[in-house]
Amino acid sequence: MRRFVDLRLRPSINDPDQVERMIRKSSELGYRLVGIPLPPNATRDKVDQLQRICSDTKIDFVARVDFAPKTPGELLQDLRRFRRRFGVVSVTCISKRVTRQAAKDRRVDLLLFPATDIRKRFFDHAEAELASKAFSCLEIEMAPLLSLSGSSRIHLLSRLRREVAIAKKSNVPVVISSGATNQYLMRNPHDYAALVTLFNMPLPYALRALSEDPLAIVERNREKLSPDYVAPGIRVVRRKNCV
Amino acid sequence: MSRRMRRRYLALKVVSEQPIKGRDIMDAVLKAVLQLFGEYGASQASLSLIKCNSQKNYAIVRCSHTAVDMIRASVASITEMNEKPAAIHVLRVSGTLRTLRKKALLQG
Repeated sequence: MRRFVDLRLRPSINDPDQVERMIRKSSELGYRLVGIPLPPNATRDKVDQLQRICSDTKIDFVARVDFAPKTPGELLQDLRRFRRRFGVVSVTCISKRVTRQAAKDRRVDLLLFPATDIRKRFFDHAEAELASKAFSCLEIEMAPLLSLSGSSRIHLLSRLRREVAIAKKSNVPVVISSGATNQYLMRNPHDYAALVTLFNMPLPYALRALSEDPLAIVERNREKLSPDYVAPGIRVVRRKNCV
Repeated sequence: MSRRMRRRYLALKVVSEQPIKGRDIMDAVLKAVLQLFGEYGASQASLSLIKCNSQKNYAIVRCSHTAVDMIRASVASITEMNEKPAAIHVLRVSGTLRTLRKKALLQG
C-alpha cells in the first residue's frame, strides 16, 4: 500500500488549534507523513510540540526549512548553519544564480519556484542536469493552482507542463506538495494526482510524486542525520569501548 | 447498434461553512469543468447530480467513464461555493450506485 506524503503543509505555526486541525485533516485524507516548514531559528520545543500533535494523530512528521536566499553566498551560509537541524531543506529560487547554486548543492533536497511570478521560474535543462547529479527534486506546490484563476492559472499550467517535461527528460524526481495554508486548500492524494494530469504528468508518475519520491528524500535524510551514519553506504553497526 | 454508455458514480464530500444544496454543488462542479476544460470538455462529461444529502454534506454525481479524471481534477480545483470558501473531496468512484453506497458508507 502506498504511503502518501505531503511535504509542505503550511498552517500558522503560532496557532496550535489550526496546526492540529490541519494535521488531523491530512490524516483523514490519507497522508501518512507531513512536512511542516519551520523558521530556521525554530526551537527544539516547537519541533517537539508538532511531533507530539502528529504522533497523537498517528501520522509521521518531518521538520522542514524553506530558504529564500538573495545570493548564492547567503544560501551556502544558511546551509552550513541549519542543514543538520531539519529533515528536509527546500530552496525558493528567486534568481538564476541562486537556482544554479541550489541545483548543484547536495544538501538541498527540493527546488521550489515562485508560482505567481512566472518569469522567476528558472528551471531549465541546465538546472535539471545539475539537480539530477545532486539528487535534488523539483517541488510543485498545488495551492497556487487552486487559488489562481484566469490568465495567471493558464500561464502557470503552461510553465509547469514545460518544467515537468524537462524534469522527466533529465530524470529529476518531481515532488507534489499541497502548500495549503488552510483546510479549504487541502485535497486527497488521488485528487492531486488527477489535477497534475493537467500538466501532462501521467497518473502513475503523479502517484509516485506524492508517495515514493518524497518518502525517499525523508528516509535518505533521516539516515544521514542519524548518529550511526558515517558516509554513503557506511554506518556504525556496533560501538565498543576500547581501553 | 450502439453500446450503452458506461457511467461512473462519484461520492463527494463537501467541506463548507454554509449548508449545501444540490444545485450549488452542480453549479460549482460545472463552473470548474468549464474553467479547466471548456464547453467541449463539459459536453463530453455527461454530468448529472444523483443525490445530495445536506445533513451529512455528501453528494453523488454521475459522469461518463471516460471523463472521470476530468471531473476529479475539476472537483479538486473548486475552492468556493456561493462565493464562500469550500472544498469538495472525492470519496470514492464506482461503476454502480450500489457498490458506491456500500463502499463510501453512504445511506441509500
